[in-house]
Amino acid sequence: MLAFILRRLVHSIVLLFALVSFVFVVGRVIGDPALIMLGTNATEAALQQVRENLGLTDPIWKQYLVFVGDLLRGDFGTSFRYGFSVLPTDLLRAEGTPVLPVVLERLPATFMLAGAALGMSFLLAIVMGCLAAMHPRSWIDHLVNVISLASVSLVQFWFGLILILLLSVHLGLFPTGGYGTWQHLILPALTLAARPLGRIAQVVRSAMLDELAKPYVVAARAKGVSETRVVFVHALKNASIPIVTITGDELSQLLTGAMLVETIFAWPGIGMLLIDSLSRRDLPMVQAGIFVVAALVVMINFLVDIAYTVINPRIALDSREIN
Amino acid sequence: MTNNIPPPLLDVRNLSVRFDTPHGKVQAVNGVSWSIAAGATLGIIGESGSGKSVGLEAIMGLIQSPPGHVTGEVIFDGQNLLTMTQENRRALRGEKISMVFQDAVSALNPSLTIGYQISEVYRSRKRCSKEDASRKAVELMDRVRIPSAKTRLKQYPFEFSGGMCQRVMIATALAMDPQILIADEPTTALDVTVQRQIMALLADLQRDTGMALVLITHDLGVVAEVVEQALVMYAGKVVEQADVNTLFDRPAHPYTRSLIGSMPRIDNRGMRLKAIAGSPPAAGRTLPGCSFHPRCPDQFEICASQQPELSRVGTNHIASCHLNVVATDER
Amino acid sequence: MSQIVGNPTVEPAEPDDRAATTSFTDYLRALLRDKVTAVAALFLLILLVAAAGAEFLAPHDPNAANLRARFIPPLGTARDGTFYLFGTDELGRDVLSRLMHGATVSMSIGLLGAICSAIVGVSLGILAGFYRGKLEIVLMRAVDGMMALPSLLIALFILFVIGSGFANLIFIFTLLHWMIFARMARSLTLSYKEQTYVTAARAVGASDLRIILTHILPNMISPLLVLFTLEIAVLILSEASLSFLGFGVQPPRASWGLMIARGREYISSAWWLVVMPGAAIFLAALCLNLVAAWARAISDPVQRWRWLTKPSTEKDAT
Repeated sequence: MLAFILRRLVHSIVLLFALVSFVFVVGRVIGDPALIMLGTNATEAALQQVRENLGLTDPIWKQYLVFVGDLLRGDFGTSFRYGFSVLPTDLLRAEGTPVLPVVLERLPATFMLAGAALGMSFLLAIVMGCLAAMHPRSWIDHLVNVISLASVSLVQFWFGLILILLLSVHLGLFPTGGYGTWQHLILPALTLAARPLGRIAQVVRSAMLDELAKPYVVAARAKGVSETRVVFVHALKNASIPIVTITGDELSQLLTGAMLVETIFAWPGIGMLLIDSLSRRDLPMVQAGIFVVAALVVMINFLVDIAYTVINPRIALDSREIN
Repeated sequence: MTNNIPPPLLDVRNLSVRFDTPHGKVQAVNGVSWSIAAGATLGIIGESGSGKSVGLEAIMGLIQSPPGHVTGEVIFDGQNLLTMTQENRRALRGEKISMVFQDAVSALNPSLTIGYQISEVYRSRKRCSKEDASRKAVELMDRVRIPSAKTRLKQYPFEFSGGMCQRVMIATALAMDPQILIADEPTTALDVTVQRQIMALLADLQRDTGMALVLITHDLGVVAEVVEQALVMYAGKVVEQADVNTLFDRPAHPYTRSLIGSMPRIDNRGMRLKAIAGSPPAAGRTLPGCSFHPRCPDQFEICASQQPELSRVGTNHIASCHLNVVATDER
Repeated sequence: MSQIVGNPTVEPAEPDDRAATTSFTDYLRALLRDKVTAVAALFLLILLVAAAGAEFLAPHDPNAANLRARFIPPLGTARDGTFYLFGTDELGRDVLSRLMHGATVSMSIGLLGAICSAIVGVSLGILAGFYRGKLEIVLMRAVDGMMALPSLLIALFILFVIGSGFANLIFIFTLLHWMIFARMARSLTLSYKEQTYVTAARAVGASDLRIILTHILPNMISPLLVLFTLEIAVLILSEASLSFLGFGVQPPRASWGLMIARGREYISSAWWLVVMPGAAIFLAALCLNLVAAWARAISDPVQRWRWLTKPSTEKDAT
């Protein structure tokens, strides 16, 4: 078991490293950070000044080492846009805002949103999927199919706007946006919950259909185990692997989906920060934000791998790579 | 049919199972009747597709109601199982009637521990604590001769061999001291040496507990050793029933005769194995006339057009073959 | 013991005529039997026609502002008598025409992006599966790694750096979606490679390329088509999201995502500016998913009898 975990950990670290390199390459090599930050109207002198300040005139490999070194110390650079209404004229002497703390401070809001959305959808999806598998071709089976199909095709931000239109503007039940009370949480969480609900329910249904057709289910019934137990204890445990996989996948999707949803509902999470930074051409903030979210996704995948070992003891004891 | 003075423990009357599939109706079991007394051993012999397993699943109440339709009567303890509610039926399963399946490894849940699976029903029916249930599981594992039972409690099926898994299944089936144990080809998936061990175990357990044993098999060797009363099924019907010695000495149905004749014998060295030509009818297809006649070495004109009835050919011996009717006519 | 004598009559096996190849008309008939999917396919056809012929079929110029006909609701008429099926926007532009031109953009990006991803992905996947070895290991690690990263985020970052635009979008989509085709193509190649007909072809000296093109690739078409359809839907949704955020298609090109972004300001008064383009995206994706699900079911040998064979008659009953 330990060997397996270590192997996955190494895999995740390699991935993170690749991520760092990717951010570096895209930010420094493909794009010109100075140009990005100052915009196309900047003078050549200003651009050159920024380049020197940021160490962009050094050879690439040196820049890379500095970049990685800084990263490991938690220094993602400073922003001259965040908290500034105008870009300071003298970048050499201005004091920018360190970006990493800003990014991290926004995380809890996003977690709250993603957590609420996942919480809502996960439990409902399990119940719906199991019921659909227990009663094939019944109304609930059709309902689950329709909902899953719709949620995969759903335009999340549009759905959020529709909810605002119906529940906020016309019915006045919830505020149109902002942060503070549980009422502010409902609409954005509902918007985010639609997609995972459909996808997880679909996977639960198909995984359960597979399991319920297996011999051990017949044997359990022959033993006299009640149908509820057969479904929710015997079959569900074995169906867990694909369910956990999709849940992990949807959690990652939630983090990125949160970006659009936060924008619509003015929810002060990391997504909204990223979008704002993108439009304000704040490269360091964007880099930090992208890295943190992507790193979170990598971590979630790692946790899902750990979860596999808990669910399916064979994976841990065999310690073979899942692939 | 045995004339029991006390009523039989389980009395199956005219059991039929039909499945409605998109390709038509499939008659898997067609008017099967038999009974078993307390403590007796009944062997049901047949090929795949003969309806032997489906019939027992119907008795256990494991057939899904659409697309399956079960008719007939199954009298147990004075009640007709087929007209009971699902809940009552479930209460009987595991407690009064238990079943052991052919492929023990896939009949066990791969992600639950052995200890849990053995004691699961015991724990919920007796409402005892986890410790009591574990103790019972160890006791049961000892009875089925699984070594180091205590350490095995927390293990998973994939850590057990095929023979061990079958023992686990038997242990689970015995947990509530059932009156009838139905074993559906319990040794088919196992090595020959393990087969003997399992069969010996079943025989011993039966002797100790006094439970009735219904053994489904296609292995005549097992039948000869263990079974008292034997029943031969073909294409969903009973074609012959007798006590075991009569069956082997004076088989009255050509199918039985062919089965016995096709057994490899150690004193027939160098001779070709005799197989029964042809194959059984596709599941559920009923032919006009006798189902066996296309493969029957003794078939004559009437066999193709008229179905034979089960008729008495001796004491405690019935068979459904036109030959027997002709023979008695000739007497 | 009697010997087995006589000629036991054994029924010959019935020929399975479901084994015959199915023609286009069979598929068409099968499609019509599933009403819901048939409607979805019809909708897609209409969408395709609208997208392809937007220039000629749109009732108005999508960019022609008419400040005297602003904010006309759907099914409304302007003061000068012109009928607007889906109303007008904040600049008096006809929503229906904009939707149709938006269809051109969205569907062409979706289609082109999917085609490019498929070409790159399938080629790499086949190579990985066929030649195995180091190529396969490197490729599959790349696939796993890239699939682990959130694609919208990466797309935004790259577009942020290199700028948005039609060509860049196609590039990004190809970069971020080739993996899913590669994974499927590789696994299919692995299974087809072991088939006897491939060994037989090799035995007569067929070159690798020939084997791939004539034996392996044609068998993949049907599962790949299903994936392809699903990916078009995914890309349409991605493009809408990117355009909504301002990083996709730029004005004056009409894109459904952009229309929603603009319409958002007026949501409380002119709801149709948000609802219409979003509904278009949703319906397009939904119909694509429906057709893909039907296509997958029909190529599954277990399930296809439901549509392809006539319903059984009771004469089989005993």
